[in-house]
Amino acid sequence: MIRFVIQRVLLIIPTFLGAALLTFVLIHAIPGDPVQMLLGEKVIDPVRHQELLAQIGLDKPLPIQFVDYVWNVLQGDFGKSIQSKESVLSDFFQLFPATLELAFCAMVFAVVIGIPAGVLAAERRGSVYDHTLMGAALTGYSMPIFWWGLLLILFFSLYLGWTPVSGRIDLDYYFEDGTNFMLYDSLVSGQEGAFASAVSHLILPTIVLGTIPLAVIARMTRSAMLEVLGEDYVRTARAKGLSGFRVVGIHALRNALIPVVTVIGLQVGTLMAGAILTENIFSWPGVGSWLVNSIYQRDYPSVQGGVLLIAGFVILVNLSVDLIYGLLNPRIRGRR
Amino acid sequence: MKVRLITATAAFALMLGTAMSAQAASTLRYCSEGSPEGFGPQLFDAGTTLDAVRPVFNRLIETKFGTTDPVASLAEKWEVSDDGLTYTFHLRQGVKFHTVKGFKPTRDFNADDVVFSFNRMLDKNNPYHAVNGGTYAYFEGMGMPDKMKSVEKVDDMTVKVTLNAPEAPFIAELGMEWASILSKEYADQLEKEGKKEQIDLVPVGTGPFVFVDYQKDAVIRYKANKDYWRGKQKVDNLVFAITKDPAVRKAKLEKGECDIYPYPAAADLAELKANPKLTVEESEGPNVAYMIMNNKMKPWDNKIVRQAVNMAINKDAIVKAVFAGGAKPAVNPLPPTIWGYNDAVKGYPYDPAKAKEMLESQGVKDLKVDLWYQPVSRPYNLDGKKMGELMQADLAKVGINVNLVTYDWAEYLKRMHAGESPLGQIGWGADIGDPDNFMYLHGCGGTGNPPGQNNEKWCNNEYDALLKQGLETSDQAKRVEIYKKAQELIHEEAPIVPIVHSVTFMPMSKKVDGYVIDPLGIHNFENVGLK
Repeated sequence: MIRFVIQRVLLIIPTFLGAALLTFVLIHAIPGDPVQMLLGEKVIDPVRHQELLAQIGLDKPLPIQFVDYVWNVLQGDFGKSIQSKESVLSDFFQLFPATLELAFCAMVFAVVIGIPAGVLAAERRGSVYDHTLMGAALTGYSMPIFWWGLLLILFFSLYLGWTPVSGRIDLDYYFEDGTNFMLYDSLVSGQEGAFASAVSHLILPTIVLGTIPLAVIARMTRSAMLEVLGEDYVRTARAKGLSGFRVVGIHALRNALIPVVTVIGLQVGTLMAGAILTENIFSWPGVGSWLVNSIYQRDYPSVQGGVLLIAGFVILVNLSVDLIYGLLNPRIRGRR
Repeated sequence: MKVRLITATAAFALMLGTAMSAQAASTLRYCSEGSPEGFGPQLFDAGTTLDAVRPVFNRLIETKFGTTDPVASLAEKWEVSDDGLTYTFHLRQGVKFHTVKGFKPTRDFNADDVVFSFNRMLDKNNPYHAVNGGTYAYFEGMGMPDKMKSVEKVDDMTVKVTLNAPEAPFIAELGMEWASILSKEYADQLEKEGKKEQIDLVPVGTGPFVFVDYQKDAVIRYKANKDYWRGKQKVDNLVFAITKDPAVRKAKLEKGECDIYPYPAAADLAELKANPKLTVEESEGPNVAYMIMNNKMKPWDNKIVRQAVNMAINKDAIVKAVFAGGAKPAVNPLPPTIWGYNDAVKGYPYDPAKAKEMLESQGVKDLKVDLWYQPVSRPYNLDGKKMGELMQADLAKVGINVNLVTYDWAEYLKRMHAGESPLGQIGWGADIGDPDNFMYLHGCGGTGNPPGQNNEKWCNNEYDALLKQGLETSDQAKRVEIYKKAQELIHEEAPIVPIVHSVTFMPMSKKVDGYVIDPLGIHNFENVGLK
């Protein structure tokens, strides 16, 4: 097991370096420089333009910039944002709790609904329920997030008036020195109605962001369950007269969950990508919309730092999933 | 089971309803279109950022609400020397700076604050010059490092500014956000505490609202400045709820989650105007979209060809298709909202037959050329591609076959400034209410060498002389005549095709009281109340 853990941890290094190099090359491959973006239609003296580029370290050859960057990152310095002039780490960690809270709720939503739905679909294979559910899952998977988000706002917020349109909490609530985890802040603030307001603001973004993982998890659970339900030991369990719940819920589901756990781990990456659009629609102040804006503004340090930190998070989640997977399935652990 | 489910749903809906109905009556909620880059008025030039710093600061000179006229603000009065090089400002007494967490001012505003504010940008040895990047985008973009020579204290309440050359629009330029007055006392305290970066993060000014908090990308909070020298504000709090999507901004206004918002989508205007709970204020925008014809390339160096192209573009069709009627066809490079506009100039009529005839007379037939369209939406051009397609169709009718081309925005600007575009869309929004701010774009400074912002690369000595005269003349009536002449000249020479001036719309709740659309396109909440 220790060897397995060391192997997985060592694999992180090339993945991390690869992510850093790829981001660096891609953002620099996009034409245009950040000074021009700051100036817009205005023009300054070309000499001064070069001076300003030099001030933010963009006058050096690209390979040197990359080595400098990696060296600084290794020392924990992700640089300063060209736009906000603040440290990238500080910008990132002001926003990351919002993304994490949303992603966590979306994942809980996807798992809590996706797994039972997949189990039921497998159990009633070929029924109207199965076809409806899998049809809905396919629709959910194919749905453009921005369209789905606006549709929900129109129906639930404007037509029915049940949920707020956007934001994280009603503007009247304000928590000085909060953690930026709104559910927690609102709960401990003791302000009347604050927690309910935070929950109400979370509902629609959670549904929108959780829809694709929900569809994937439901489909994966269904196919894994179908495979397991055909196994001899399940037939034996049924023959022994065990209740349907025990056969499906205890014997079959436990084994079917192994590939589902992997898929859940992989969905963390999808959630991060989906967060970009969801955050934009619901004015959710997370790292997704910040990153998109940084790309538009050619804010190289923010883009590089942001992608690297998110990649680090996704890598860590996947490492944990790998380790849990190894724990759940000793055969795999042994093979490696 | 069913009953329990219904009860639970009802309880939950009630809980949400309670949570959402709590609203303070004296908070003005503005659904802004984006996040500010920071809170240092000197560092940034994006409109969104300047809107967010404006409530906190004052400048020596400001513009009168709803007009482009400069009025006294922190400077009560001023004198200009005969040679137009020295400005003496007499400062307002008794103006108080804000108290924020960690800073309580012990003295009123004085000349030290003015000298510090300008010298931070002007003097590379100022201890704050390099703080937070040392890039003063708007100050530099306006050419101020070359225009301003020095800023000196005469006495506690008098400041002398010396220029390198006469600059008639200088007073108007001092109304811009880069000229905001910061507190030197606050800067000194931060320097002692080793926290100089804070100066642009927690802003301290003398303006109508005190900065309270910024939750990144979410909410900016201000409270009314009790000691404001222009008097008490009509609301207790001002909140910017950052909402990037225009469809969501509209939904929030309709649902009562915000009171006012900028930049509505053109397609939503009819619905917004029909809503009995809302009003949509509108005003002609201080901007111009135009098409350049690169005078350094053939056949655009030929005046008759350029005039013919001016007759080939159907501006009314562009107004209808791109702006859903929210714009006016342009005649001059100067918008009619800026003084000095020449309404005696009549635009070239839309006459494709005549245009074709003129082009053929110059040997221009079946010409193939690239037309650059803007890749981003700007207030003066909401959809560059659609505008490009309309231009393409118009030009095809007169024998010019256009290939539509674009680049990423920063690259687009860089290449266009370098003179690579044969035909291309560009535009301008006013920084100040002075005609020079638009007319200088087409000048060459008498050198025959077009600078970057002269995208059409057209140089004309007579035009340059008029611009120079305009800058050196302080009498506004005389300046009007000078810029009118310049507009006649540019109309005759036709180096560009002025396309449209867009209209600015501000949808708001009927509760909003006293909001005035600013002709310079800025969003100002001073003295705005709620009924």
